[in-house]
Amino acid sequence: MANKGILVVAVSSRGVLPAATYELITAGRRLADALKEPLAAVVLSEKASVLAPDLSARGVDKVFCVESPALAGFVAETHAKAAAQVALSGGYGRVLLASNVAGRALAARLAVALKAGLATDVSEILPDGKVLRPYYSGNLVAEVQFKTPVAVMTLAPMSYPRAEKTGAAAPIETVAFDPGTAKTQFVSFTAEAAGEIDMGAAERIVSGGRGLGSAEGFKPVFELAHAIGAAVGASRAAVDSGWIAYKHQVGLTGRAVRPKLYMAVGISGQIQHLAGMSSAGTIVAINTDKDCPMMQLASVSVQGDYAELIPAITAEIKKRKGSAAVAA
Amino acid sequence: MGLHIVVCVKSTPSNSNVPVDAATGQPKIAGVPAAINPYDEYAVEEAVRLKERAPGSTATALTVGADAAAEVLREAIARGCDAGVLISGAEFDGGDSLSTSLALSAAIKKLHAEKPVHLVLFGKNTSDVGAGVVGAQTAAWLDWPDATAVKKIEAIDEASATVHRAMEDGVDALKLTLPACVSTVKEINEPRLPSLKGKMAAKKAVLPKWGAAELGLTPAQVGAAGAGAVVIKAATPPARPAGTRVDGADAAQKAAKLVDILLERKLI
Ligand SMILES: Cc1cc2nc3c(=O)[nH]c(=O)nc-3n(C[C@H](O)[C@H](O)[C@H](O)COP(=O)(O)OP(=O)(O)OC[C@H]3O[C@@H](n4cnc5c(N)ncnc54)[C@H](O)[C@@H]3O)c2cc1C
Ligand SMILES: Cc1cc2nc3c(=O)[nH]c(=O)nc-3n(C[C@H](O)[C@H](O)[C@H](O)COP(=O)(O)OP(=O)(O)OC[C@H]3O[C@@H](n4cnc5c(N)ncnc54)[C@H](O)[C@@H]3O)c2cc1C
Repeated sequence: MANKGILVVAVSSRGVLPAATYELITAGRRLADALKEPLAAVVLSEKASVLAPDLSARGVDKVFCVESPALAGFVAETHAKAAAQVALSGGYGRVLLASNVAGRALAARLAVALKAGLATDVSEILPDGKVLRPYYSGNLVAEVQFKTPVAVMTLAPMSYPRAEKTGAAAPIETVAFDPGTAKTQFVSFTAEAAGEIDMGAAERIVSGGRGLGSAEGFKPVFELAHAIGAAVGASRAAVDSGWIAYKHQVGLTGRAVRPKLYMAVGISGQIQHLAGMSSAGTIVAINTDKDCPMMQLASVSVQGDYAELIPAITAEIKKRKGSAAVAA
Repeated sequence: MGLHIVVCVKSTPSNSNVPVDAATGQPKIAGVPAAINPYDEYAVEEAVRLKERAPGSTATALTVGADAAAEVLREAIARGCDAGVLISGAEFDGGDSLSTSLALSAAIKKLHAEKPVHLVLFGKNTSDVGAGVVGAQTAAWLDWPDATAVKKIEAIDEASATVHRAMEDGVDALKLTLPACVSTVKEINEPRLPSLKGKMAAKKAVLPKWGAAELGLTPAQVGAAGAGAVVIKAATPPARPAGTRVDGADAAQKAAKLVDILLERKLI
């Protein structure tokens, strides 16, 4: 029997589903409609039964619920065993995961378990099932075709809108799962600075580069980010200078992001930085050098010194928001 | 005593600014000089640091590639690895991550049978294809545990390793039963340059070359035949539409104009 149907693998992180899960549902729904195949989701979590109802109301045809304390922290072996069990028993043809640390690691193991072709960081699934993904640092886009009955893919963040609740709830099936004994023991999790917005799921990012001149230079950047509910990114030059932690780095050796708004402050736009953000919706460049690649690439460019411009922009936004609040 | 570490390195074009060949629809990499994948330098450095931490340890570099890829094995030896093995042959052409990781796993099994392997190190991803999956796929073929995005190997002995994995929201600590595969991120260390002594060793090193037959694999399992995904064509991404320049007499004026645009486009 030919493999049929699309399976979204939803991995909880610290007990909640990342927003990227809803992007997978949208992509899966569109593909399912194009191929006239069913769309299912499987929730892998220590709290799967709590999380499943939310997913079931977002346009899927069925939700599988795999709940086990062994799925509390991400353990590639254990998660792969659970996902493979569901994918194999349902005979699914396409398996969709998020392009985050857990999703990528799980997709890799799952592809081997299912003897499936794998494509990561997919920006678009074509109606015929082929996919587009960047390579050569985003200089090229590859059109990838799968040769195996099953295909596994991870979707680049923000490539699809997040599925909303539609009202109708799909059936939820609880799956019995024996995690067995894994050769990986999840020891502990240490959270980083709470209250910060993660870049991967951020709709807006304000990013700073060497042009900020010092760690102190990030202060107005954080203030602007705070004013518009944005995550803070950085170029490698800023990270290597020790002005901001590596986890903020955008680019080839950092994170790939796709926000609706990317503000590049004092970043020249070298190819390795562009690799991480050039598919952002709107790029705003703020730079003293009107000829640098970032200013050339930008949707909106503002020439000037960040030290004057950023506080002025933040003040202007606060002013408008204030007046909007009064008007409302 | 000591650890046997294997480190997987790939030869990649040193410049990712490659054009598309109109005739084949594939990237035109002929003529672009090759070098060790930059992210694999961190894996090599970590192998060398583990050798320093656990005296009596050895590190073997492994690559799947064309004959010229032997150069990246020499680079790994110059940086402190003890030996290198080249997996090469026409049968590996056109491989993807699935078939390449199968070849790596078979080579690791062979090395493991000769002298037990404790740890296999990988880079974060390659600078050309860059899927960031080969480490985890190799572990899956071997049925060994693995961790990706590892920023620190906190503790290691011959039985287990405790590693720190950089997640989006913090750091996971994991204890892996060895043998295991570990994919690194650049935070893990600061790679050193090759030493003169290392360069001498690299020049003299004899590098065994294994084909599918030596690995106990059939040509149908590797390269294009064993691949699950193929790039049917490459294209340059669509150009971004021309941008708008915000002008103004001073910062306040420019700020006001920018905020107008952002509000109009519902971006804030
Ligand atoms: C293998 C490899 C991987 C890499 N990976 C990454 C990566 O992941 N991410 C990354 O970012 N880089 C990466 N790089 C580095 C990259 O090549 C660049 O060096 C880096 O992106 C430059 O950072 P920058 O734009 O902040 O600095 P610069 O290129 O120095 O640019 C600073 C900019 O600030 C502007 N400026 C100066 N003063 C002001 C002011 N007062 N107000 C406003 N603007 C001002 C300048 O005009 C200039 O355009 C990588 C490089 C290599 C070789
Ligand atoms: C002649 C030839 C032609 C190829 N043609 C294609 C093609 O058309 N399409 C395609 O998708 N792939 C092709 N490949 C395979 C491809 O170059 C990669 O080896 C494979 O796809 C791995 O995926 P990746 O580069 O994304 O690695 P990633 O998953 O990004 O790599 C992660 C880590 O795995 C290790 N690693 C990856 N590759 C190798 C390797 N070859 N040897 C040793 N360690 C490695 C490194 O430590 C690396 O940091 C070809 C390979 C060869 C030899």
